[in-house]
Amino acid sequence: MANIIEVQNLTKAFGDFTAVKDVSFSVEEGGIFAFLGPNGAGKSTTIKMLTTLLHPTSGSIRINDNDPVTDSDLVRRSFGIVFQDPSLDEDLTALENLELHGALYGVPPELLKKRIEELLALVELYDRRDDFVRDYSGGMKRRLEIARGLLHHPKIIFLDEPTLGLDPQTRNHLWSYVQKLNADEGITVFFTTHYMEEAERVARRIAVIDHGVIVAQGTSDDLKRETGTATLEEAFLALTGSAIREEAGNSVDRMRSHLQMHRGGGRR
Amino acid sequence: MKAIYVMWLREVKRFIRSKSRIVGALGQPILFLVALGYGLGPVFQKAGQGNYLEFIAPGIIGMTIIFTAIFNGMQIIWDRQFGFLKETMVAPVSRLSIMFGRTLGGATVATAQGTLVLFIAMVAGFRPVSWLGILPALFIMLLIALLFSAIGITVASKLKDMQGFQLIMNFLVMPLFFLSGALFPLDNVPPALLIVAKFDPLSYGVDALRYFLDGAATFPLALDIGMLLGVTAFFLVLGSYFFSQMEV
Repeated sequence: MANIIEVQNLTKAFGDFTAVKDVSFSVEEGGIFAFLGPNGAGKSTTIKMLTTLLHPTSGSIRINDNDPVTDSDLVRRSFGIVFQDPSLDEDLTALENLELHGALYGVPPELLKKRIEELLALVELYDRRDDFVRDYSGGMKRRLEIARGLLHHPKIIFLDEPTLGLDPQTRNHLWSYVQKLNADEGITVFFTTHYMEEAERVARRIAVIDHGVIVAQGTSDDLKRETGTATLEEAFLALTGSAIREEAGNSVDRMRSHLQMHRGGGRR
Repeated sequence: MKAIYVMWLREVKRFIRSKSRIVGALGQPILFLVALGYGLGPVFQKAGQGNYLEFIAPGIIGMTIIFTAIFNGMQIIWDRQFGFLKETMVAPVSRLSIMFGRTLGGATVATAQGTLVLFIAMVAGFRPVSWLGILPALFIMLLIALLFSAIGITVASKLKDMQGFQLIMNFLVMPLFFLSGALFPLDNVPPALLIVAKFDPLSYGVDALRYFLDGAATFPLALDIGMLLGVTAFFLVLGSYFFSQMEV
């Protein structure tokens, strides 16, 4: 089958720091692809470039045969994304968040209504559709974000650490849903995770990135064979070493701690 | 077009729902109207300047609009922190329409808040010089609101987090308000202060409001409206540029 994501010699530099160095990989249409790496390895930077949020310094990307830089709207229509951090409007209801998304993606109103009902039923939030998102639990927000990411029937869904902070029940539920979607609708799945057993179970192909460079790619068995290990977790550690990575605290972290201090004071 | 509409609708919905914000934003104008309007009224009268409440009501309406509009523009920072901004940035619509929708939404909200203060001023004893003047005054309020929504979004596009908010309040919003002639007549101020006021776009907004609500003004009306339109256009262009360059 044809490759729906094609990345060649991709590089992204921020000043004199190179976050992603000469990365090449491809994902075939209908595949499930895991993009693994320690914190700060360049995963999120790569995803941002694939999803039009960042421009590459050099190299080329084709998403569904379009270039994210020059044909950003065509690329944007072809994927849905669940970001690592929540990205819902907490002051709107679940239904309103979906309606807003549908309007931004130009889904015709009748079709939108039908799809919202289907998707909300699927992620088991239909009964809570008129609740404000701020009253949702972490797991419910994730499920809603997945429903939203699928609302415009994308060809690719990007899931950036979708199971972070979820209990095992919700995680299992989420993955079986994603696998079902992949099997039934042929949606290509591109995900990152720190849970190696998830990648081992779900992904058909895996790429491991470290310090901005892809250090290995192939199936889970390929990686284990290559490193002479028994599990993907061991293979991952063999490939990336066991030193703990440091990631600069970003403005979001600073903001969150600031918020804790001033809870209820500044926000609207 | 659809994107502009949904972004506008979002701002309006959030405003209507946040009753505490609406009421909270009325506290300061009421305090200013009562404390300054009644408190300084006798002094103002003795100085031969007429009724102070009549004089500051348009200034207080202007204050409400600038505070609400800039605060609303700064919501972009919240949206960045809480992630919603990314949702709009990966949508297949132009960033220009997202920015316009937000600006129009913020301006609508600020105008609504200014209209509330106009009512409250009337309860406090303010009477516009003619009832017909209220309609063009509403139009001027919308212009002021558009101007400061655009400024709010321009500034917020350049800020990473809310740490800069106090800076903006103390070094942009407060000076714009206090130096605009919202609280004192610009007719007899020292020349230096007048020059500063002439660089403050809110001066022209408040002046135009006085023209329609009080029947007296410092600058010609054409200059007021021309300045408001010109500065608004400038910040819409600048804000759109910054917004389109923003990385999340």
